[in-house]
Amino acid sequence: MGRFVVYRLLNMVPLILGITLLSFLVMSLAPGDYLSSLKLNPAISPAVVHQMEAEFGLNQPLIVRYLKWLWAVMHLDLGVSLAYRVSVTKLIAARALNTVILALASMVFSWVLAIPLGIAAAARQNTVWDRLLSFFAFLGMSVPSFFLAFLLVYLALRTGWFPVGGSFSVFYSSLSPGMKIVDRFDHLVLPVVVLGTAGLASLMRLMRSQILELKNSDFARTAHAKGLSPRAVLYKHVLRNALNPFITLAGYGLADLLGGAALIEAVMNLQGLGLLLLDAVRSFDVYLVMGSVLMGTVLLLVGNLIADVALVLVDPRVSFWSERAR
Amino acid sequence: MTRAAVPESRTAKTQARRRGILAIAAHAGGLVAAEWRRASWPARASAICLLLFYLMAAASPVIAPYDPARQYRRLPDCPPMRLHLVLPGRGAPGLFCFHPMRMADPLARRMVEERTRWERLRFFYRGHLFSTASGAAPFFVLGSDALGRDLFSRIVYGARVSMCVGLIAIAVSFSLGITAGSIAGYAGGVTDNLIMRWAEVEMSLPSFYFLLALAALMPAGASTVRTFVTIVLIMSFISWAGLARVIRGMAAAARGLAYVEAARALGASAPRVVARHVVPSLLAYALVAATLAVPGFILGESALSLLGLGVQEPAASWGNLLAQAQDVQNLGRYPWILAPGVFIFLAIMSFNFLGDYLRDRLDPAQHGR
Repeated sequence: MGRFVVYRLLNMVPLILGITLLSFLVMSLAPGDYLSSLKLNPAISPAVVHQMEAEFGLNQPLIVRYLKWLWAVMHLDLGVSLAYRVSVTKLIAARALNTVILALASMVFSWVLAIPLGIAAAARQNTVWDRLLSFFAFLGMSVPSFFLAFLLVYLALRTGWFPVGGSFSVFYSSLSPGMKIVDRFDHLVLPVVVLGTAGLASLMRLMRSQILELKNSDFARTAHAKGLSPRAVLYKHVLRNALNPFITLAGYGLADLLGGAALIEAVMNLQGLGLLLLDAVRSFDVYLVMGSVLMGTVLLLVGNLIADVALVLVDPRVSFWSERAR
Repeated sequence: MTRAAVPESRTAKTQARRRGILAIAAHAGGLVAAEWRRASWPARASAICLLLFYLMAAASPVIAPYDPARQYRRLPDCPPMRLHLVLPGRGAPGLFCFHPMRMADPLARRMVEERTRWERLRFFYRGHLFSTASGAAPFFVLGSDALGRDLFSRIVYGARVSMCVGLIAIAVSFSLGITAGSIAGYAGGVTDNLIMRWAEVEMSLPSFYFLLALAALMPAGASTVRTFVTIVLIMSFISWAGLARVIRGMAAAARGLAYVEAARALGASAPRVVARHVVPSLLAYALVAATLAVPGFILGESALSLLGLGVQEPAASWGNLLAQAQDVQNLGRYPWILAPGVFIFLAIMSFNFLGDYLRDRLDPAQHGR
């Protein structure tokens, strides 16, 4: 296993290099940069702009800038945000945690509901309940996350049950530590539901079809023939096998959630990586954009790696190296 | 055959071809009818819904009652109006009438119906499906936005962007994906390795993050068409890799099949084998995958436009129409601005249902996945 992890980690290096180079190219192709708005400002003299240009290294050729940036990144320094004048590492560290919490929470939400609902639908195949759950699954898969966000915010406005948008209340800093956690949690409910719904719907459908497929398999029939109760067959034999693809999905799903989280953060005004990146993109804050993209890539790759490792640990039929050929 | 006979035979050929086209059209019509009869009701409803949406996009000037850019300054944030069916002799000018709206409180932007006045809704009027006389008060089916523009008209024109983005992006990304995938799968070796490593890089991109970064490429004052093309290209560029990987696997499997081997044995060149024998065998899968991939493109465009990075005002897309709802106060007071979201939702659900149905029909082995 150690060899596999090392191999995969080494494999990540060219990937990350490629992605960062691509992002760098894109940012430099974009018309205008952070300074172009300052240049138009008559209150700022050209000399100051020139000085800033030199300070941020914006007057150097692209490849030099990229290599310098790369060198700094290897020393865990992501550069300085042009707009905030703070180290990018600090900015991202504070925001990435929020994004990861949001993504993990919505994953837990969708799993905790999807598995029992999927089992229930499969156990009552072709009944009204099954049809109803399938219908809701289709609705859940089709509703755009930002639209669901608007609908839930509207509901929250009307009922006052949940706070509308933001990561914490206005009076957050005056709360006791215990209440701070409660306040955070309160603000997390709506985004988690929004982000988790699509996953919930597709996982439920997957669970249902997995169980239905495995119900008629040889090992299930043998278990029945041995005189096990249908309950025991379902939970001890069918369910365990049905959970297999979920392990893989956990890693890849996390990656999707991180991307989805970015949009929801921007729409619901949550202090996460997505909103940070959006602001950075809008103001051509090169190093902040690069840092966020890098962070997102690393999170995604690590998620995939965890998924692959977990699958091998759970299912003895899969070996590490066969994963590569997939 | 004499030389004089050549033009004659040519016309005969064209005629035969014409007849052939007619026959093909009739055959296709018959197939569609047969397919319609066996389709499930969700698939039928989805097909109708999508046809309506594409009709909306194609015939926007007719279906939209008003110019989407026209601002009725006296009626900003006007709620949807109610249509009354008034029997003759009840004091109204026609059968379909409504009470015009008036701003009762300019500070709170509160609108009230003028119960004493009636306006007539005219159908097939001045080249519109329905509209009102030019001097009369407008009829807002779905309300108006902050500048007093008719939301329904904007949605109808927005369908042009939102419904077409999916089709064009799918065409681009699938051509890329199928070409790259089938070449990689059929050629194998170094070519395969190169193409697939590149695809892997693209699949490892945090796509939404990257989409945001790429959206910065667009200059601030770019025209709608240019923005549209850029968005489509960006999304196609990001999404071809996943398909390429699946197609590669299928093409690699097809290489060992007897008919492919036979074609090669007959001396067909590699490009010909790929184009004539390998790719057609993958089309059923590709059609299903394409239908199921359209929602992603529609969502991508809406999300970008919603965040202000896509199609810009005054042009309308279903995404940027929703931008107003990002302000919680607007959302609370003018909930009808969510209407474009319903259209996005319906379009996506229709594509999902249709894709599911096509999968059951074309790819029975995958059933239930």
